[in-house]
Formats: sequence, structure tokens, C-alpha cells
Amino acid sequence: MAEMIDIQDLVFEYTRDENQEPVSAIKGVSLKVEKGSFTAVIGRNGSGKSTLAKNINALLLPSRGAVYVNGYDTRQEENVWDVRQSAAMVFQNPDNQIVSSIVEDDVAFGPENLGVESKEIRTRVDSSLKAVNMWQYRKKAPHLLSGGQKQRIAIAGAIAMRPECIVFDEPTAMLDPKGRSEVMGIIKELHEDGITVLLITHFMEEAAQADRIVIMDQGEIALDGTPQEVFRQAEAIRDMNLDVPLTVELGYRLRDRGLSVPDTIMNMEEMVEFLCQYK
Amino acid sequence: MSIQVNNLTHIYSEGMPHQSLALENVTFTARDGQFVGIIGHTGSGKSTLVQHLNGLLKPKSGSIVVGGVDITQPGVVMRDIRRRIGLVFQYPEYQLFEETVEKDVAFGPANLELDESEIQNRVKEAIQLVGLDYEEIRGHSPFELSGGQKRRVAIAGVIAMKPEVLILDEPTAGLDPKAHQDVLDMIRKVHVHEKNITFLVSHNMDDIARLADWVLVMDSGRLVMQGRPEEIFSQEEALDSIGLALPEPARLMNMAKKQGLPFQGSFLTVEDAEEALYGFLKRDRDLRI
Repeated sequence: MAEMIDIQDLVFEYTRDENQEPVSAIKGVSLKVEKGSFTAVIGRNGSGKSTLAKNINALLLPSRGAVYVNGYDTRQEENVWDVRQSAAMVFQNPDNQIVSSIVEDDVAFGPENLGVESKEIRTRVDSSLKAVNMWQYRKKAPHLLSGGQKQRIAIAGAIAMRPECIVFDEPTAMLDPKGRSEVMGIIKELHEDGITVLLITHFMEEAAQADRIVIMDQGEIALDGTPQEVFRQAEAIRDMNLDVPLTVELGYRLRDRGLSVPDTIMNMEEMVEFLCQYK
Repeated sequence: MSIQVNNLTHIYSEGMPHQSLALENVTFTARDGQFVGIIGHTGSGKSTLVQHLNGLLKPKSGSIVVGGVDITQPGVVMRDIRRRIGLVFQYPEYQLFEETVEKDVAFGPANLELDESEIQNRVKEAIQLVGLDYEEIRGHSPFELSGGQKRRVAIAGVIAMKPEVLILDEPTAGLDPKAHQDVLDMIRKVHVHEKNITFLVSHNMDDIARLADWVLVMDSGRLVMQGRPEEIFSQEEALDSIGLALPEPARLMNMAKKQGLPFQGSFLTVEDAEEALYGFLKRDRDLRI
């Protein structure tokens, strides 16, 4: 099968307290994510995007509908390990996901739990740390590293599980500019290496780097398409408390003032290339 | 009112094997009505610095003179300091704890031993200043609000103390673009209304460029640059070497300059970039619609 993730009519409800009606965080979402693709999920606070991610990792289970990860139905308890090995997850705060006092032990934690033999663990830890450019820090204590470095350790921990897919839940929200670009660089490399990437983010510049953008709003999918298709709808996007990348915004403003600037420009490189034609 | 920080030095875990110099000879002055941005990579000393400003941390050496009083001296009453200097931590909504929004915002002023009607007035004013509907929201539990609303309530709790200095440490982290913009607009409004000294610690260079009239740049515990935003953000290489970037419009325009395009200036905002691009492109007839 060509789908990494297949979400069918997913409804997720929770109750705030026992006497209240259940609240629907996700109201009937269907979404297929192809193997090897890079999809960004954006949406306002409370739109249901993190709930969606947790349903993909079997941290939450559907109230109705179904989620298949690499063909495994998350509702079947015996599938939980296969689901989590297929789709690993990296969260917002690196401090909450690092468990060991030495970097390489932390990266080994996942494969150890999968029962991988120790020689193979060594190989995986080394290659994972190299993949995130953190191998030289393998003997260090994680708390002495920067935010971007810690987040890369968390990503190495995910890679060491050899997942086909990684779900990133706002991985750069707490990082400084350098940390953000380090982590985005690693995410793009992982995608180029064939890993399916699902990136939840509030940064429109990051979303613009994906092949596909899914916008969640009020528990439903509001828009779904390539960055060009999605960011063309600036008004709808602003109505959903989101924004467009700087270069897209500039394109709008210049077209409003009567200049035919193409609406396909999604990033700074493309904008500069366009400008250079008129030197 | 002014804050003068002189040769401030702080050492973490002094005398322990892993002792480290967290602040080294930091010196600057901030005056009434100033909006000061503080930037620096994670671990550069920004948060350590602001925690000194309201007396949460004591320096190894140096002084912090707030309105004529050196708050690092023994015998200074911390309650007086914190009444004058309000600090909003990262993710302040985690500190909400009361049953209702009104009670939560009233907690700080109530501790100042103000009379009941003054507390009432301040709570109402603070909730309105952060852009929430007082009558509608006062009785709600803070826990049933959205992320952006919770953060506004938490900030209102500090504003209600009417601090002469308001320090905000990453007040927009984790908010969606609209809530992010709303919280910043609100901070600017409070600053103009209260005429306080505002310190904004942020990783977002665009926000600093738009809001601050003075910028402090921290690296490895030292204050390595200070100046107006247009001065600071004209030094791409120096910023890059300490893990910082330019605001997005400036980055775009610098990239274009490097390709030989004729742009001049500092381009701190999207409007600055728009004007330059418009001026450049309108010369070409083919582009006019």
C-alpha cells in the first residue's frame, strides 16, 4: 500500500468533567498521507492539530472512525508497538522527552524498548546521531546542550527506532533562530532520505517548505493542497487566525498596487530569482 | 524613573565543579517610556538577566539601581521591588490557579494591601487593557479559556500591579499567528497607556524590530551589542556569528542585495520591503497590470 497514514472519518471526543457533554476536538476528518511525502499541518490554537497527531501515534484512540498507520489499525491494542515504530513522534519541548543523563543513552532508549540486540543498537545510535549532526556530543549530558541541540537529540531518538514516518508536533516553537533552522534542516534531510514527514507548526515559512499543507480549523480540515494552492487563499487563511509567509504577503501587496508579481513565489530564494530578471 | 544596571556579574553553582559565568559585567540604562528588546540564543543569559531585574536572583557583583534605589543591597524590601517591577514568565498561563478570571487577576493587587475598591478598579482596567471583555469573562474559570486568552489573563495579573517596569519573557511562544499578533498589539497598547519601561525577551527578530526602540544583544552572558533596532539589524554577520538572524524583511532584502540588486536601507518591516520592491519593479512596463 502506498499510504503511510490513512485516517477515515475520525471523530475524537473528550469530556472535561463527568457531568458534561463530550466536546469534539476532531469532527470527522479523513486524510491519506502518502509514503515519502512531506505534509505540514497548520491551524489556530485549539484547532485539533495536536489531537490529530496524537491519534496517529496511538497516544489517543478514535471515538469513532479509524486511523491506520502503515496498515496497522490503532484501535487494536496489539498493534500499538507496530504503530509507534512505524510513526515516531517528536514534541515541542525537548526537556520533556529526554530521559537519560548521557546523549547516547537517551538515543538508545527507544530501540532498547523495542528489544533490539545491543550490537544493532550501537549501530543505530551512531548513525542516528550522525544524521542529526550530533555524534560528537554522544558522551555529553543533554542538559548542557542548547535547545536546538536537545531537539536534535530527541529527533535522533526517534530515528533510532527506524520509523518510516515521523510526526513533529511544533518542534521549533521553543527554539531560537539558529535552533529553528538547524531542526528544519534536519527535517528536510530526513524527508530527502525517504522518511514520511508530518510537521505541525505555527510558522508559515516552515509550512511553505512542505509538499502539501493541511489546514485544520475547528476540528475539521479547512484547506488541503500544495503551498501555492493554500497560500493563494490569504483571506480564508487570515479568517482562521493564520498568516501567509512574508514573500507571499509581499506578492499580494505588490499585485494590489498593480504589478503582476506571480502568485507562485513561496520563499525568499524564489522572490530574489524573480527580482533578478528585472535588474 | 530609570533602571541603571552596572557591571552586573552572576555565577551559577559557584564553587561547584560545573560553575559557570552566567552574566559578565553587564551595563546598560533604560528610561521611562522606553521599550527595550532583549535578544540572544538559548543560554545566552537573557532570562538570567531579567530575573535579576526584579530581584529573583542576586548578582555576584554589580548594581541595579531602580529609581534611585540599589535593589541588590541587603535590607531592600523585595515586596516593594516586585510592586514596581512586574515579570511575566514564559508560558505564564501555567501559573493561573484561581476559580475565576477575576480572582486570578486580583491576586497580585490584593497582596499589595490595597483597599477593595482600588483592587476592583485595577482588575477591571487590567482585563480590559489586555483586550478581554470584563463583564463576560470575569466569572469564567481561567482553565476553560483558549491558549491566547489564558495568556492575556496571566499578563493582566501582572499589569494589575501597575508596575513601572514590565518584563515579558517570550510572551508569544506557542501561540498561533493571530493570537501572537494580538498579544503583541496588547503589549504595545499597555506600554503606551502605562508609560512604563517594557522589556521584551524574544527569539522573534521581526517582533523586536517592530516594537523595540532599544535592543540589547546577549551572548555567553555578556552584553555584546546595544543600540536602536536599525543599527543592530544592519549587522547581519555579527548577529549570525552568535546564532541570531535578521528580521525576515531584512533577510530577504539582504539576499537580494547580494545578487547585485540596488536596495538601500535596513528594512525592519514588511512595509519597508514592500516600498523598496514597488519602487524597483514599477520601472518595468511589462509588469504593470
